[in-house]
Amino acid sequence: MSVRNLNFYYGKVLALKNVNLDILTNHVTALIGPSGCGKTTFLRCLNRMNDVVEGARVEGQILLDGEDINRPEVDPVQIRRRIGMVFQKSNPFPKTVFENVAYGLRIDNPYSKAELAARVEKSLRDAALWDEVKDRLNDRAFELSGGQQQRLCIARALAVEPEVILMDEPASALDPIATLKIEELIQELKKKYTIVIVTHNMQQAARVSDYTAFFYLGELIEVDRTEKIFTRPGLKKTEDYITGRFG
Amino acid sequence: MRKTWSERIGFLMLVLAGILVLLILGMILLDILTKGASVLSWEFLTQAPRKGMTEGGIFPAILGTFVVSLITVIFAVPLGMFAAIYLHEYARPGKMTRLIRMSIRNLSGVPSIVYGLFGVALFVQMLKFGTSLLSAGLTLGLLTLPWTITACEEALKTVPQSYREGAFALGATKWYAIRTNVLPYAVPGMLTGVILGLSRAAGETAPILFTGTAFFLPHLPKSLFDQFMALPYHLYILATQHQAIEKVRPIAYGTALVLLGLIFLLNLSAVWIRYRYRQRMRG
Repeated sequence: MSVRNLNFYYGKVLALKNVNLDILTNHVTALIGPSGCGKTTFLRCLNRMNDVVEGARVEGQILLDGEDINRPEVDPVQIRRRIGMVFQKSNPFPKTVFENVAYGLRIDNPYSKAELAARVEKSLRDAALWDEVKDRLNDRAFELSGGQQQRLCIARALAVEPEVILMDEPASALDPIATLKIEELIQELKKKYTIVIVTHNMQQAARVSDYTAFFYLGELIEVDRTEKIFTRPGLKKTEDYITGRFG
Repeated sequence: MRKTWSERIGFLMLVLAGILVLLILGMILLDILTKGASVLSWEFLTQAPRKGMTEGGIFPAILGTFVVSLITVIFAVPLGMFAAIYLHEYARPGKMTRLIRMSIRNLSGVPSIVYGLFGVALFVQMLKFGTSLLSAGLTLGLLTLPWTITACEEALKTVPQSYREGAFALGATKWYAIRTNVLPYAVPGMLTGVILGLSRAAGETAPILFTGTAFFLPHLPKSLFDQFMALPYHLYILATQHQAIEKVRPIAYGTALVLLGLIFLLNLSAVWIRYRYRQRMRG
């Protein structure tokens, strides 16, 4: 994906200023920056989730396979099938484990029962959750632990076979062990998917991502290979942020 | 010391107020129970009034209230539900939506007699349904509509936004998300509100007074366009309009008791539905 000259408004407030960013296929791109800098807003632009926000307006281009996802004839519903999303606070639906993963598959419901079951199993395996829940598929999703719930949400996103997965601080509400599992999972997933992850945790960005983009006050300040950003940042502002001098 | 005294006095007054309210309610209930229980019998519930309503039962009134409530539900529930879905999920927030919402809230405060007059003008005369079950049911439907819409909207509000966004993120259309991931969790809350609105409508006299209910009918209504007898109106007649008021007093109390029992049952089912709903939401 690539983003060209993106401006984003909430009503009259300019929330993102002229952002240009290339998101490389099968790589992990981390978005970092202090609270309110626009990273989540940017992430939600990428699958047109901001469409549902009142007064939101986008200028510029967001290209997926060379096509602008904001063209009027593009159906945001189709975009969201190709670009999945995992939310900050894990949001399993009050259904069974199985039905949570099957939710996206049932939308057009082209699958037979056996096929559906196979796809649910595969998604759960890909999300490294199958072994923990294979005997609990008919339990309610709320009965799983916090980390399991978040991996369930990842499995649910994988089930519809997106090309890109957007993650909005997927581990911010989890304990260190559950966080580690999510991070390992991200390493595994990037073989098949393109991943964009918003994180507040500098170490996490350093551990999981290939590229890091630093946002500040609605602007993309700097983007580079992660090890370069964290060892030899090009700009003073970036260095100040990652060394904890503000933020 | 002074503070604890004022604290004690305040507490005492609150407790007294609570006890007083319960006492008054209890007395009313006890009064109706003791005076009405004597006439309660299987015949009272299943037979028509006889001898100028001084003997026999109140079956036509029970049936009338039941059928008219059914019409109310059939009319008001889908309409109120869809209106609430539109207002909460689709309408763009703004002046117009605010105005609509404000009007709905205000409508719920309009006296029921006004709905009665409106029902006469619209259903009885303009649409020529006559004074009938249909006119009365629709009038009661209008009366409950503001309550229904408000209750349904409140129920939709309790469904977390994350259920909607989670569904959108998986490529669900808005209507699909609402249908499969919002409504199932809102419906029990909606039903609770609807039942409470209905229990209020079932006890109303003024709206059906002009639109369909009759003093006395020798036959049960045969179609929706027939007049009918209803519990609240029957009670009103027995209590104030009958030529032998003293003689029919026990029957009036019995009618009140049946009406109370009916509304109590409705409210009980609302509580039960809410209880089930809470358990389901807890997962």
